[in-house]
This record gives sequence, structure tokens and C-alpha cells, in this order.
Amino acid sequence: MGTKKIRAEYDNEETTDVFQKAEALGLSKPDLVWMYEVMVETRHFEEMATTLYGLGKVHGTMHLSIGQEAVAAGTGLARKASDYLLNHHRGHGHFIASGADVNKMMAEFLGKDTGFCRGRGGSMHIADVSANILGAQGIVGAQMGIAPGVGMAIKMKKTDQIALVIFGDGAANRGVFQESLNMSSIWDLPVVYLCENNHYGMSAEVERVSGKVPFRDRAEALGVPGYFIDGNDVLAVYEFMKNAFDHARSGAGPVFVETETYRILGHSKSDRNLYRSKEEINNWKEKDPIQRFKKLLLEGDVITEDQIEDIEKKMTKVIDDAVTFAENSPEPNIEDVTEYVYA
Amino acid sequence: MPEITLRQAIHDAIIEEMRRDSTVFIMGEDIGAYGGAFGVTAGILEEFGTERVWETPISEETIVDSAVGAAMVGMRPVAELMFMDFMGVAMDPLINQAAKARYMFGGKATIPMVLRMPNGSGTGAAAQHSQSLETILMHIPGLKVVAPSTPYDAKGLLLSAIRDPNPVCFLEHKLLYKSKGEVPDGEYTIPLGVADVKREGTDLTIVTSEIMVHKSLSAAEEVIKEGISVEIIDPRTLQPLDVDTITQSVMKTGRLLVVHEAVKTAGWAGEIMASVSESPAWDYLDAPMRRLAGLDVPIPYNRLLERASVPQEEDIIREIRAIVNNQY
Ligand SMILES: Cc1ncc(C[n+]2csc(CCOP(=O)(O)OP(=O)(O)O)c2C)c(N)n1
Repeated sequence: MGTKKIRAEYDNEETTDVFQKAEALGLSKPDLVWMYEVMVETRHFEEMATTLYGLGKVHGTMHLSIGQEAVAAGTGLARKASDYLLNHHRGHGHFIASGADVNKMMAEFLGKDTGFCRGRGGSMHIADVSANILGAQGIVGAQMGIAPGVGMAIKMKKTDQIALVIFGDGAANRGVFQESLNMSSIWDLPVVYLCENNHYGMSAEVERVSGKVPFRDRAEALGVPGYFIDGNDVLAVYEFMKNAFDHARSGAGPVFVETETYRILGHSKSDRNLYRSKEEINNWKEKDPIQRFKKLLLEGDVITEDQIEDIEKKMTKVIDDAVTFAENSPEPNIEDVTEYVYA
Repeated sequence: MPEITLRQAIHDAIIEEMRRDSTVFIMGEDIGAYGGAFGVTAGILEEFGTERVWETPISEETIVDSAVGAAMVGMRPVAELMFMDFMGVAMDPLINQAAKARYMFGGKATIPMVLRMPNGSGTGAAAQHSQSLETILMHIPGLKVVAPSTPYDAKGLLLSAIRDPNPVCFLEHKLLYKSKGEVPDGEYTIPLGVADVKREGTDLTIVTSEIMVHKSLSAAEEVIKEGISVEIIDPRTLQPLDVDTITQSVMKTGRLLVVHEAVKTAGWAGEIMASVSESPAWDYLDAPMRRLAGLDVPIPYNRLLERASVPQEEDIIREIRAIVNNQY
């Protein structure tokens, strides 16, 4: 079977000097530290979720983004709180980077009444509609269909918002990709498409199931400006996402950003990784976005080893506190099972 | 007879039929090295290669539509939707293509395809990965709907489904994949449209399918201690439905309870009850017919709520007692 390799060069320049790059992007030291903290917080959150799953406290399954944290952190800094977020199943990092309360997230993982969805949704469906977080999809790619509607509403209401829609490489092969991008394109909708290309949709290697990659080229074919960038370079992600938001906010229409990254762990809890090699996984572990950013921060004297230690401790505590909050929260009342049912 | 799991029975039916008939092939997401989300197709790629194992992108609409296309020109696709819920993405292929071609083209086309779909709750997968949507399919003339409860039935019914000239939707309850049962070596088929009496009894008929057959069997074991004798009918094929076996049973017991996991409103229990009321069995009823079904809710994530949203053994026991003791 013919496979088409991703041959594209990145549209970004690799960040080598964090200080210089931050200056060019107008980022302050606290901004840089914030992104680092978000990445560490996400990593700790997901590691804790795995532990809790192992203990039988998390029901069902979950999709972890370990190795992909830079995409969420860079995007989170670029997004304004007023912008809508349409997330996908592997979106814990995006929630955290959008300022979601990890206590309520953890409570949702444990199915508690204090969780974001009051225990009805679980890891795959976290939403905080009052904070413009329109929820995570379990139907791969469905969020792409919803996004133009959000963009239309923004246009009709004449607000200064953006609809940010996040999906994977697997989702990009769904038919709704074409319909969604085309509608956003013809109507210049304020939609920013973020395709998190982590090389696999479950066991489907992107090059095996895609007639042409990168997907950026497909967006371009529909009249949407597209970029293909290194998703493990958090500053590059920030730069391109910021530009994408600015472009869409100016009324110039949608933008498509594809970030290349890698899913280090299995697809979900039942994945035995039979479709890829250990070497491949290990090669990508070498490119761990957290380690990479840490090195840059240390080299650029933005942060000291002691501060790195402090962040570790702080995030360990934040996550431990979230677990305590979640464990001490009540289960939903069984009698409330039909609450919210109107038809 | 050897005992195998329902997963193995389905796997065996597919692989044996692929060996026997070179027009049979499989398609779907992650059905190769991964073995399918529930491991059903493990090993098939190794034996048949990519020529007969088509691992698709995430493209449900075109998976089902292309199965229709291949079937229309003489192949026998066995396509898989990873979860039954995803048929939402593939509704046009199901309701306007697969179901319509034969009739609409004046009988000139046949669509011998099978669409496998794992259904059901109990895995903590929440609203978009836990549904039992079979009634929607039953409502479309032109689709057959099969829903086995045991490995034996699954294998025999799947062989018939693959050989059937028409589109068959084949449900597989996720919680049954690991359940075991006796399956003979070698080939056997079970005709579509024939119900099976899973337990004989005299006081009350339960019509039920998939996992609810097992819950009803346990409930029957419990109430027999009180002297209540329950007969359990598993239609096995919901469309076409073997109304005769059901009415015969009701004429014997005089009482009917229908149990399904699918939600109650417009669920197929209503269809069974309507069929009984239109049959001679109506005159034999000693008590109102009852149904016990999933609550009219999206399946919640929390395990207590999830459990509360579909019938459990204790609910079935309660219903049996209430009906037999004339509480309705
Ligand atoms: C419509 C639909 N088809 C299939 C699935 C099963 N499924 C869940 S995630 C997934 C892979 C998605 O891949 P991608 O979009 O690349 O995201 P990733 O999981 O890699 O983050 C699949 C096949 C689903 N949930 N919805």
C-alpha cells in the first residue's frame, strides 16, 4: 500500500534563543513561565488520572495528551477568554490552558456532582459553557461541523470573538472537514482550525490513511490560509496561533494551523501499541516538549533550576488538592438521573 | 462442545466465511494490527492481507456507502462501525442507500452487506459511546436487524447475515464480548427471523434480547424460588421479527413483559406489545402487558447513574412479581 510521507518543511523557524523570540513576540517572562506551568500541570494531571484509573476510581476510558502539551500551552496563551473553544477527546491540556479549574476537572473524572458536567460527561466530554468552553467531542470531527455555526453567530452578533476548533489528524479525514472549511471560507467566518497532527488516529498512521499530507494543503485548496508547524515548539505554536487569531479577528476569515506532534501513550486505556515500534516512541520521547522548553528557559536564564523545582512542587500540590477535592465531593443523586431531560 | 467467547464466535464466523467465499471482505477503522476496538478482527489481516481487510480512515459515511457500492456489484462486505453511536454519521448510507436500492431499482439490485455495530452501556463511555439504537434501524423498511445474546447464536446468525442478499445490521453488546458459551466445531447457520426460547415457563413470558436475556435468566432463577415460572423468548432477529413464537408463548403463559436496554419511548417493546394485541394471544392475556426499558436519557458517565439508566436484574424481578401478583 502506498504511503505518502509528510514531506513538508515547517512554516516556523525553530526557537533556539528563547529571549530573542519572546521579545519578537512581545511575550513577558511571566508569559513564558505561565506556558511552562501549564505544560507541567497538564502532565501531572494526566499522570494522576492514569494512577486513579489504575485504582479503579476513573470509570470508562480516557485519552491522554502526554507529549502534546506544547500545542495546548501555546494556544492557550494566544486565545482570549472570550473566544469559544470547541475541543476534542484528547483535550485535557486545552482545558487547563484555557484556565479551567482542575478541581472540577478531576471531579468530573471521578464522576462527581461537583464536576464540570456534574458527573454526566466524564473525561471525554468536559465542558464549561459559561466560560465559552463548548465541550469536548466523542464523535471524532463533529466539532468541525459545529464551528461554522459559532462563527456565524459571532458575525451576526458582531462581537470580537473567535471560534477555536481543535481536532486530530484522524478527524481531518472525515467528510465534515471539507464542508466545514468550505463554509468558513466562503463566508469569511472567524474560525481558527487547529489540527493537532500526532501521527496516529488510534492505530491509523496518518500517512497510511491520508491521500495527501500535511492537511494544511487541503485547507489551502479550500481557500483557507494554512500553516504546518512544529507542535513541540511552544513558542512557534504561540506565534502561529496568535497570528491566526489576529487574522480571523480582523474579519479576514478562517485560518488553519496544523501542529506536528506525537502521542506518546496509547490511544486510550485499551491500546496495546501493536501498530508502532518502541524505537519510534522513544525517538519522540527525546523530543518531549516540556524538557525542550525547560532547556530553553534555563539556557536563556528565564528561570533557574530552583524555580523549576518549585513549579514541580506547586503543580504536584495543585493536582493532589484536586484529587482531595474530587474524592471529598458527593456522587450525583440517583433520583436526578433524568434531570435535564426535556423530551 | 467447546466453550468460546462471543468475541471469538464473531471472529470465527467472519474468518470461516472469508475462507469459504472469496467475495467476503471486511472494512472499518483499526480492524488490522489493532484487531478492532474490541479485538474481534484480530488476526484476520495476517491471514488475508490488505486485499480483503480494508482499514479505513475515520470516514463512517463512506465506509457504509462504499460497502453499499461493493455489495451492489457482487461483493459481500462485512463492515464495522466502531460503536453503534457512530451510525449517526452514516445515516444517509443506511436509510437512503442500503435500505432503498433493491426496491427502488425494481428488484434489480441486491445489497448483500453486513454492518457490525457494538452497542450498549456499562463501560463508562457516556452519552456518545453507549447507545442501543436498534429501533431506529427497525423503523426503516429494507434493513434487517440482528441482535444475538449468546456465542452460539452470534456465530450462526452472522453466517446467515453474510449470506443474506440484503443489508443486515448486526448488533454486538459490548458487555457480552467476554461472555462464554458452547459453540460446535464446524459450520452451522441460524436462519434470520426465528426466535429462540431461552427458558421454558408457564406463568409469564419475557421477550428480550442481548444482555437483557442474561439478566432476565438470572431474574427467572430467582423468582422460581417463589414458584413463579418464567418463559424467556429471545427474538434474535428484531427485523424480521418472529411474532409467532412470541404469541404462542403468550397464549401459554397469559402474561407478557418486554425488556430492552434501548430507551422506552418508541422502543421496540411497543412494537412487540402492539403485535401481541393484534394477534389471537390478546384473548389469552390475564394481566396488562408491561415493558421495562432504558430510561429516556442520554447514558450518563457516573457509574451509579449509568447503572440506574438501564434495567437491572432487581428491576426485572420486581416487574415479574408485580405482574404475576396482579398489581397492575
Ligand atoms: C465518528 C467517530 N469515529 C470513530 C471514533 C473512534 N475513535 C475515537 S478517537 C479516534 C482516533 C482519532 O484520531 P485523531 O482525530 O487523530 O485524534 P487523536 O486521538 O490522535 O488525538 C477514533 C477512531 C469516534 N469516536 N468517532
